[in-house]
Amino acid sequence: MNLDIAASRREGAAPGKHAAAMKIAVRHLDFFYGNFQALKDINLDVAQRRVTAFIGPSGCGKSTLLRTFNRMYSLYPAQRATGEIVFNGRNVLDSGVDLNLLRARVGMVFQKPTPFPMSIYDNIAFGVRLYEKLSQREMDERVEWALIKAAMWDESKDKLKQSGMALSGGQQQRLCIARAVSVKPEVLLLDEPTSALDPISTAKIEELISELKNDYTIAIVTHNMQQAARVSDYTAYMYLGELIEFGATDEIFLRPNRKETEDYITGRFG
Amino acid sequence: MPDPKHSGALLQDVVFRWIARAFAFLVLAILLAIIVSLIYGSLPAMQRFGFGFLVDSEWNPVTEKFGALVPIVGTLVTSTIALVIGVPVSFGIALFLTELSPPWLKRPLGTAIELLAAIPSIIYGMWGLFVLAPLFADHVQPWLIHTIGAAPIIGALFKLPPQGIGVFTAGFVLAIMVIPFIASVVRDVFEVVPPVLKESAYGIGCTTWEVVRNIVLPYTRVGVIGAIMLGLGRALGETMAVTFLIGNAHQLSASILAPGNSIASALANEFTEAVGDVYTSALIQLGLILFVITFVVLALAKLLLLQLAKGEGRRT
Repeated sequence: MNLDIAASRREGAAPGKHAAAMKIAVRHLDFFYGNFQALKDINLDVAQRRVTAFIGPSGCGKSTLLRTFNRMYSLYPAQRATGEIVFNGRNVLDSGVDLNLLRARVGMVFQKPTPFPMSIYDNIAFGVRLYEKLSQREMDERVEWALIKAAMWDESKDKLKQSGMALSGGQQQRLCIARAVSVKPEVLLLDEPTSALDPISTAKIEELISELKNDYTIAIVTHNMQQAARVSDYTAYMYLGELIEFGATDEIFLRPNRKETEDYITGRFG
Repeated sequence: MPDPKHSGALLQDVVFRWIARAFAFLVLAILLAIIVSLIYGSLPAMQRFGFGFLVDSEWNPVTEKFGALVPIVGTLVTSTIALVIGVPVSFGIALFLTELSPPWLKRPLGTAIELLAAIPSIIYGMWGLFVLAPLFADHVQPWLIHTIGAAPIIGALFKLPPQGIGVFTAGFVLAIMVIPFIASVVRDVFEVVPPVLKESAYGIGCTTWEVVRNIVLPYTRVGVIGAIMLGLGRALGETMAVTFLIGNAHQLSASILAPGNSIASALANEFTEAVGDVYTSALIQLGLILFVITFVVLALAKLLLLQLAKGEGRRT
């Protein structure tokens, strides 16, 4: 069944895909939780304006890898990374990097929806206000723009003053995507964005991802292999902290080079 | 026929239910008994002074003329000073412990704060009287008088020669006493904020301060208000430390450096020397007023929380 989906995607593969410019280059990345090494010598490129999916069994380090791209792990003193993650010509692992600015450029959406305890409007305006001074009218436009981008506008335009926490789970997650998009980042990191959602909300978010990749570089962690096959251009398969195989999604799902990858995507994984 | 074992279990259940119910109602009964005896005890004073008791500042056992204004004001002002100083400091402590502190420092600091709460209040009183009051008289109060005291309007709060003991010093020690309560509860509620919520705020580029100001505080405000009310409750009722430091003078002054009196310390000081029904009754009525003030503060806090919940919309 996986193969069917992958096969149908293959025909739609853009010929110029492999020529995509790279946005983030990961080189010799090691990551440690205290003494435990969670990532081992990771090397890969995240292509600009493409969707790169990270798959693998629980605990393989895919979320950890995602959290190095915006240095989210730096909030926790026992976690550290060595190696290089080059973004816009700069190694983001350097100690001198302005983390707030980095995180404004590299947005993130989490597994569970995380609306802030404020109105729908303010959920979005809050992030924008951190880095831009907009007039009321410009802010209204920005909020509308972000909600349209996240396919939320029609549902929320009449209740912008209501609490973001009163929305349904799927709406909350799209609100979080709108919030991430509103500050106009260059990269969007999605950490299992649909794992807490029902199938309809999931389908909406997947459509949204395909829309958003026209403007943003997207990295998505997912447990759902069909989802990876449906939305991504490139797929990385990880296992026990190592990058086992990385390549165009069609290749990975149709003709994996490694036996481990094939076992995992065909469900024969022990 | 029910088997004997079963009916025994049934009986056990019934007995247990009634015992539990009796304990629960005991609380209500004690509360009622206290209210009734306070009201009954204050009747003579109520009949004699009426509502004038609340606004009269004279307190003269010789002429048996009693008014509660000075202790009421003293109680409210010392508690206000305690919160004005104590709340920001407690926030700072809670914030440092939850967001900024290196892990090895968290536990010793947290324990130190809890130990501060365990110090008996009489020790705070003694320490305040022998150490803090002279220090205040020699250094802090002269400085306050020369700086803020020289300002228009609020300057009136900081007039008079420095004496060390007085309303301000009592309020200051109260602040130290409420800090461990407020700080440890606020720390606990800060810690229940889901890490992923904070991460998503950091994730759009917030600084630590912005995360706390815009995410952590709104998310925890019910708990935070509860913590402040807990501190206020302690400040309003605190007796020993305040008695040592407030000066126990039945006089009304615009300056917070002046000696004054609080309800609790008036009660502690004067019950032993109260002769005559009116004097005793006036003191009991003071107790009733303290009870009512505490009750009103709690009720206002509940109202405030209801308003907040309305403004925020329903959470699901």
